[in-house]
Amino acid sequence: MKPDTRIRSWEITSEENFLNRRRFIRDAGLAAGAALAAGGAALALPGGALAGVRDLETVPGPYSTDEPPNSWEDVTTYNNFYEFGTGKEDPYRNARDFVTTPWTVKVGGECDKPGRYDYADIVGPHALEDRVYRHRCVEAWSMVVPWVGFPLGDLLKRFEPNSNAKFVRFKTLFDPERMPGQRRAVLRWPYVEGLTMAEAMHPLTLMVVGVYGKELPNQNGAPLRLVVPWKYGFKGIKSIVEIEFVRRQPDTSWELAAPNEYGFYANVNPEVDHPRWSQARERRIGAGLFAEKQATLMFNGYAEQVASLYADLDLRKNY
Amino acid sequence: MPKSLSAGAVRALKVVVFLLCLVPLGMLVLETLGVAGLSLGANPVEELIHRCGKWGLKFLLITLAITPLRRLTGWNWPIRFRRMLGLFAFFYVMLHFLVYAGLDQRFDLAVILEDIAERPYITIGMTALVLLIPLALTSTKGMMRRLGRRWQQLHRLVYPIAILGVWHFYWQVKLDTLEALVYAAVLAALLGFRLTHWWRRRTPGKSVDSRSNHDRSAHARRSL
Repeated sequence: MKPDTRIRSWEITSEENFLNRRRFIRDAGLAAGAALAAGGAALALPGGALAGVRDLETVPGPYSTDEPPNSWEDVTTYNNFYEFGTGKEDPYRNARDFVTTPWTVKVGGECDKPGRYDYADIVGPHALEDRVYRHRCVEAWSMVVPWVGFPLGDLLKRFEPNSNAKFVRFKTLFDPERMPGQRRAVLRWPYVEGLTMAEAMHPLTLMVVGVYGKELPNQNGAPLRLVVPWKYGFKGIKSIVEIEFVRRQPDTSWELAAPNEYGFYANVNPEVDHPRWSQARERRIGAGLFAEKQATLMFNGYAEQVASLYADLDLRKNY
Repeated sequence: MPKSLSAGAVRALKVVVFLLCLVPLGMLVLETLGVAGLSLGANPVEELIHRCGKWGLKFLLITLAITPLRRLTGWNWPIRFRRMLGLFAFFYVMLHFLVYAGLDQRFDLAVILEDIAERPYITIGMTALVLLIPLALTSTKGMMRRLGRRWQQLHRLVYPIAILGVWHFYWQVKLDTLEALVYAAVLAALLGFRLTHWWRRRTPGKSVDSRSNHDRSAHARRSL
């Protein structure tokens, strides 16, 4: 058999990634120099172990549940983040060396302030809030996670979306060198997610930068991820590098992968089963070997806040 | 390896194989109890279900590998281990079901029946499990003797059982089917071996000619 010498699409570095990498190498050098100059001040280590993860300055936010949050270990070792592998512990193992500084987000589409924004530009103007949310995965397990973030709507307003903006599309970084899971075409890369403008502007919707008062560990979607607590977890796109205001409903990754199983809305709904399993109940992670599953709540328990968004929508068809 | 082993050697080897077959169970027990820093991870129930199921399938495939192994090597003694391996497949598959029924669904019969009726991957998994039961029950020497020719006919059920089992695995995977496809490939190879063997026997003029006389007589003696 002849060796296969074709160059795979994932082996080609886009200009954008190449430039990013150049910039990263330069900035990393500067940062290391600065840290040394500061007398070896703690360099933020990539997430993983609790030690070395930087504390964030936060204020208490609204909408927090008083259910006990899952342990740091559960939250940071049981993740779906296919960019780092499809096993639940793969992200914890494979994302350790993922470097998220510098980080740039490209903002575009139907808005008056498009451009490339550094992480500091994105996060800087916002007060970071602690918000303890229920997290329901489409696989019928759930957690309670003490996120740190700020309302996505507050961020989007700064880009001044115009009246043509009906949806927001988000993209995850595409860089198979740094995200080994992207070397296999499990999903169509890069990961794409989207929300209606009404969903994006809803005060429950969070742009998340941390968890447990700490900087977001890599396996949880560092440095910037979305959390939409009334939707299944896969809507919470991680490691965001692009935000675009669009006129039409974007094609999202899981929808493209299996349109009969995963829809654009993906609202948590105990009455609409996944074609292959029930969504009526969920297993709370950390509850132990003998714990009973619990009933899944409509809109994951956030019906009071969000049900009105879907008053005219057939939730069976728009799953 | 010799073609045949002494009775004593087989007996000793059986003890070793038996203990090896218990190693997965031992690991699961240690992880469940959290001994020596071992753990089933954040979702222990799901982990137990998946691990038991995959061991059930592995033992099924190992059991199905015995006949090809005999034919390829000419060794006779591996057949002496087939019953034990098959019963361990049954054991891990039952454990898989009991963890699902007991820990996951807390023996809630209504929920379990709904799962079987409405979720096709569970329907076929349950079918495979139920079909395994008569095979386990008739695995004794006495039953073998009593059933005679029909014993072999009955035990050919293992082929559809294995297909259903691997299909059950494949069908419940969310998206990344690679691991299930590896099981499917191994099963396809094991069943393909039997098919080609059967085909050769059906058309003796073609390929069997090249084989030795010894092989041909051995073929006549052995069945599928």
